[in-house]
Amino acid sequence: MRRGKPWAWLVFVLGALYFMLPLVATIQFALSIRRGTYSLDAFTNVLYDAHFQESFVYSFIIGLCAIVVGVLIVAPAAYFVRLRLPRLRPIIEFLTLLPLVIPAIVLVFGYIRLYNTSSFINLTGSALGTDILLTFAYVALALPYMYRAVDTGLRTIDVQTLTEAANILGANTPTILFKVIFPNIIVALLSGAFLTLAIVIGEFTIASLLNRPAFGVYMQNVGANRAYEPAALAIISFIFTWVAMGMIQLLARFAPKTAPS
Amino acid sequence: MFPSSNEPLTGATNVAPVGRGGWIGRLPRLRLGEVLGVAPFIIFAVMFLVLPPFYLFGLAFTDKAGQFTLQNIVDLGQPLIVSAFWISILISAASALIGAVVGLFIALAVIRGNLPGWIRAVVTTFSGVASNFAGIPLAFAFISTVGRLGILTILLRTVFHIDIYRSGFNLFTFSGLTLIYCYFQIPLTILLITPAIDGLKREWSEAAETLGAKPWQFWTYVGIPVLWPNLLGTLSLLFANAFGAVATAYALTGTSINIITLQLYAQIRGDALQNPGLGAAIALAMVAIAAFANVIYLIVRTRAERWLK
Amino acid sequence: MPEAAPRRPEFLRLADLVKEFGGIPVVKDANLAFNKGEFITLLGPSGCGKTTILRMIAGFERPTRGSILVEGKDISALPPNQRQIGMVFQAYALFPNMNVENNVAFGLKIAGMPAEQRRARVEEMLKLIGLSGYGKRYPFEMSGGQQQRVALARALAPKPRMLLLDEPLSALDAKIRVSLRQEIRAIQRDLGVTTIFVTHDQEEALSISDRIVVLNAGNVEQVGTPFEVYNRPATRFVATFVGTLNTLNATVLNVADRSVAVDGQAFQLAALPPGAAANAPLALTMRPEAVSLGKPNGQDVVLQGRVAEVSFLGSVIRLKVDLGQNMLSLDTFNDTHTPPPALDQRIEVSLNSSDILILPN
Repeated sequence: MRRGKPWAWLVFVLGALYFMLPLVATIQFALSIRRGTYSLDAFTNVLYDAHFQESFVYSFIIGLCAIVVGVLIVAPAAYFVRLRLPRLRPIIEFLTLLPLVIPAIVLVFGYIRLYNTSSFINLTGSALGTDILLTFAYVALALPYMYRAVDTGLRTIDVQTLTEAANILGANTPTILFKVIFPNIIVALLSGAFLTLAIVIGEFTIASLLNRPAFGVYMQNVGANRAYEPAALAIISFIFTWVAMGMIQLLARFAPKTAPS
Repeated sequence: MFPSSNEPLTGATNVAPVGRGGWIGRLPRLRLGEVLGVAPFIIFAVMFLVLPPFYLFGLAFTDKAGQFTLQNIVDLGQPLIVSAFWISILISAASALIGAVVGLFIALAVIRGNLPGWIRAVVTTFSGVASNFAGIPLAFAFISTVGRLGILTILLRTVFHIDIYRSGFNLFTFSGLTLIYCYFQIPLTILLITPAIDGLKREWSEAAETLGAKPWQFWTYVGIPVLWPNLLGTLSLLFANAFGAVATAYALTGTSINIITLQLYAQIRGDALQNPGLGAAIALAMVAIAAFANVIYLIVRTRAERWLK
Repeated sequence: MPEAAPRRPEFLRLADLVKEFGGIPVVKDANLAFNKGEFITLLGPSGCGKTTILRMIAGFERPTRGSILVEGKDISALPPNQRQIGMVFQAYALFPNMNVENNVAFGLKIAGMPAEQRRARVEEMLKLIGLSGYGKRYPFEMSGGQQQRVALARALAPKPRMLLLDEPLSALDAKIRVSLRQEIRAIQRDLGVTTIFVTHDQEEALSISDRIVVLNAGNVEQVGTPFEVYNRPATRFVATFVGTLNTLNATVLNVADRSVAVDGQAFQLAALPPGAAANAPLALTMRPEAVSLGKPNGQDVVLQGRVAEVSFLGSVIRLKVDLGQNMLSLDTFNDTHTPPPALDQRIEVSLNSSDILILPN
């Protein structure tokens, strides 16, 4: 009963082939830029390209902003809903489901019409305004994941009991929030942060419709104009996503748990 | 900003007496701190999640002069748009089905196939990565593999003398797009269905065995029925996921594949339809379709959670 | 009670059974024989191998060496679904998507019994466990005790040759545990099915078994009736695991007249273990209920001590008597007319030398 069942091995091997093949092929393709030999030229071309660096940095910074804004929006809300406003939970959860129901392209269409130069809140009229709009758009995209990460983190550390214990010992709310709760959900927050980053870095639809020099737009350009560099980009992007996901897995091991599971 | 320290922090919120006022009578009395805590979230959600669709809803019923009209909805019936919707639905349904079935088998193999322990960890991590590896890089990867000059295409032609493009395969079509979509649909399925398979307690299959059941009988009478709600929910999530995808298709062929998201993209980008109202109508129809899929997911999930307390 | 039952034919035999996980032995050379219709309990602490033995009988674990014979035939190679055994699990394991009726009928359906007959049998089983009328309920609508009874009905419906229960009561409240174990025993007696029950609770084991197998770290320490296991424990482990045991550290005084001394007080034993030498230490063990207050029945060993602790448990009073270096636990029945001794009171206690056990470790 302990030996691996044969059908399971078959399925695994077939699956591994389907998933490994494109990756292997892409690496091979990227290395074949110079006829007849393997070279890293495609990679160096990309990495030394000023546009690559600029757009990557741009997307990275926007990603960081989206993380900060996301945390500031989600963390207090999740805390208060869990602790004192449980009736709000269905509403909040419905709102966090919206980005999964409404496709990104529809959202950005709405933003462009709602927050353009002729409306009440003008965001698309300036570069900074558009950047802000982009950041908020990414916060919206990452919202379901960020909320779920924070909510799970709060549940795992049994926020209710921790707050009561701290309260009895004399702490007031700000102290509890910053000295007790926050340090314990840092791991959950970081998980949400890495996921947000992974979403933001490669995002194309919103960035291109808002005309911002994001990494996704840059990649699309390279794809339209070059042959081998896109493959190198794909590998770089894949490695980046792998690192981000790997960090999340690593963090999961360090997550504190105080609630009986 | 926060409530003073001598007020009780937790416990039931202060509820106004339930009178004939009904729902209003049961609103909790909120303290300032609580309001300020959830306000940013609510404001953000309203501004960036609720208002835009509502605005588009209104725009869909507006003509170019700003008057109310149903013409945009009627115009949704244009052959180009209808076929775009139809193709999108087909691709989404196909990739969702394939993704769900293949993903289910892989998840079952990894979790219940008695494979070495490291395989599960690798598959989980990889699924997390692959389900996020959508969009442009994924298109690039497939072009490098089975595009006209892709490594695999050339390999098959030179070594095995099989010209897949001569035989009718073409990456830059709907079937090619479906194949690419499976690359993230399958891992997404694995991620979504793993908790449910974990939830299939060993004792159930052992109990079934002592009662004389063969494996297929266990799966037929217990396994699949218990997994079914989760499977259905996964299917609808996969469908909505593929339905709203833009970047992969765009990177593949620009706007030449006729799927509805690309139609909308072209419209927004360059006002290709010369009619923002129609664009809004398209957006609305997309949301309706995706919402329908998600409603199924929610209904099915609530019924499942009842059983598996 | 132990010898009065008629000889029943042998039903299950475990021969030289060994189970190793990755080279580490979990069950070592088990040789056991059980008779038809017997209620056997495998008793021991966590990790002693009792569940592993049960699972080998069920077919979920394959023995590393040895064989399992049912009615003379070796079943070690048979898969679980062909062994015709009923099994009840600690976590109930009722199929969540089926109501009570369908759960109970599951084994019958697999066996191909027609619907009419299935319905009749299910009714019969529900009546047996006292849950008639609960047929349409779902597991999530029922309490733990009810679910476990349904699990029992489900296991018994296909008339299995053997019933295996893996710590079925451990997940239940104390009160339910007591009433349900009596119910299980009554049903088993009714149906006469050979039953193997696994538990770590010695009170459970003592109260319902025909025979008990006491296991420790993979070894069978003793097989016997509850009376035998309690009153004639074969090893120190059995004596301490089943019930409470007093241990007094004595010194041998004189081998010829079998005299020993505990805390300076001398008395004679019924027998000394072979190889005992003068001035050698010796561990004497006895049950608390073997020790009496005073000398009511002319017991031959009398000791003086000071009351160190008094626990009034209702019908039983447990005293701890300090003899100097040794502490003696003494159980005595409540006497409605006489209050228990006071703390620090000097008292006399006595016991029969024949009740003193000298046990190998």
